[in-house]
Amino acid sequence: MHPAPLPLRQRATLIVGALAFAAIASLLVAGMSGSVPVPLSELPQAVMQALDGRGDTLAASLVALRATRALMAFVTGGALALAGVMMQALLRNPLADPYVLGISAGASVGALFALLLMCAAATVDAAAVAGAVAISLLLYLLARRDLKHGSAAEGGTSQLLLTGVILMSAAMALVTLMLSIAPESRLRSMVFWMIGDLAGVPLRLFPWVVLALALVYSLRNARGLNMLALHAEAAATLGIRVGALRKGLFFVSAVLTASAVNTAGSIGFVGLIVPHACRFAFGPDHRVLIPSAVLAGGSLLVLCDTVARTVIAPTQLPVGAITALIGAPVFLYQLHQLRK
Amino acid sequence: MSTIATHQLTLRAGERTLVENLDWQVGPGECWSIIGRNGAGKSTLMRALAGLRDPASGSIEIAGRRLPDWPLEALARERAYLAQARQDAFAYSVFETVLSARHPYHDSRYWEGSDDHRAALEALDAMEVAHLSKRDVRTLSGGERQRVAIAALLAQDTPLLLLDEPANALDLAHQVGVMSLLARLCRERGKTVVAIVHDLTLAAGISTHALLLMGDGRWHAGSAGQTLQASLLSDYLAHPIEMIEHGGRRIFIPLETPT
Repeated sequence: MHPAPLPLRQRATLIVGALAFAAIASLLVAGMSGSVPVPLSELPQAVMQALDGRGDTLAASLVALRATRALMAFVTGGALALAGVMMQALLRNPLADPYVLGISAGASVGALFALLLMCAAATVDAAAVAGAVAISLLLYLLARRDLKHGSAAEGGTSQLLLTGVILMSAAMALVTLMLSIAPESRLRSMVFWMIGDLAGVPLRLFPWVVLALALVYSLRNARGLNMLALHAEAAATLGIRVGALRKGLFFVSAVLTASAVNTAGSIGFVGLIVPHACRFAFGPDHRVLIPSAVLAGGSLLVLCDTVARTVIAPTQLPVGAITALIGAPVFLYQLHQLRK
Repeated sequence: MSTIATHQLTLRAGERTLVENLDWQVGPGECWSIIGRNGAGKSTLMRALAGLRDPASGSIEIAGRRLPDWPLEALARERAYLAQARQDAFAYSVFETVLSARHPYHDSRYWEGSDDHRAALEALDAMEVAHLSKRDVRTLSGGERQRVAIAALLAQDTPLLLLDEPANALDLAHQVGVMSLLARLCRERGKTVVAIVHDLTLAAGISTHALLLMGDGRWHAGSAGQTLQASLLSDYLAHPIEMIEHGGRRIFIPLETPT
């Protein structure tokens, strides 16, 4: 009917295509690298064998292990980056990240409490999700005004942000309390959980379903996100249901964050750096930003995790330490570039 | 049918009653100035008209339909609203900012069409900001940002324009330019304009009507000839004002306060 002027659409296709290619490349690198490298030429055969359930060759079982870990890294990184994009648009603050409202702190309280009681892994997962759900419901009740329809919809989200920050500090105080009373034997697993670690993560479908649904939701509302980010005051007068969109962003990013934290603990910096870097490179239009952040976030975490398990192999580092080590200087560099 | 009709509209801010029982009709093609002191409820009224704020009592009709009965998207094709203050958190370009105001015309399309691009370019031209098209909105001066915001309003292409201090931050030439553009939109394209204006001479130059707000509930609405009078304005602005006729124009001068 009214074809979009091509450059915009072409540019988006090009960016998303290139990033999809990078995502596949990162998965291949993850499959090949390790203490026993699998050359690229043997990779297809090993993957076929692993898919057929004939993981009896060394290459096939290695690839199956690495692929599981890489796929879970990808979905976690993608979810964190998408949650970061949504949080930043919701709060209209480029410094927001998925953890800023304390969702991950709530998950930490749950998970650490379960670890303290020496619960099984499944219980720890459930406790983490319960903690994230509890803190987001509490936050929603306390800061409902910022997410309401109608007359208050034109206002800002400062109440939401401040309440979230306070809830996070309270949750972190509980975390510190538990760490200080924890017996020596539990301490290591608790600290690793908090840093974020992908070692021994099983292949699960659930995080992929969450990411796919969140992606559909955010792409459908990509233009609304632009309005919210651009015309804070006037988004409603352009036909945006501001209250409903804010509520949706809040809950979808909370679920994404809970799912990511549940998979791999609270991995830092991905949710802050990736949306930033993508906005810096491709512009702030959410119609391009959302798919590119998911792909870039996924690829970044796959690569970071590959580094984490190879750099001083056989010792495996927690991936959260790698993302923080890379993330902090990258962020400072971007900030410096923006100032110019 | 009037473009705006209010019935017994009352607006309150906390305990204070700003506007009481306002019965007001704005017809198509009219150009209204809203005049009053700081805190008299001008912006509050404007936000209520835009549907951003519920009135304490009474009702507002836009194009014959009560505000709560309008679907938001349809309403966004009917009236545009220029907010008073803007703060930009992200590095959107000037062009993206103006193009995004075409949102109400998109239905479910993901990308804007070439007609949207044309409307955005025309609006940029009309506000003399086409040369800034690629600039990051956060790097603009206050006046440039204001003109970009007005360009977005023009791109929204609605019959009714609600503007909260459109002349804010503009230099003299652009103040006159924007105001005469608004007057021309009313005269030539039958648009309806309601604008908060502080410069009385500018208001007298372009408006067909004016609404004066006292800030304690009292109000006075009428044609420009009848409302823009020195005595009435002195009363509503709480400052003695003198009017001079010069070359067919009415010029308002605030008198010096005796010390």
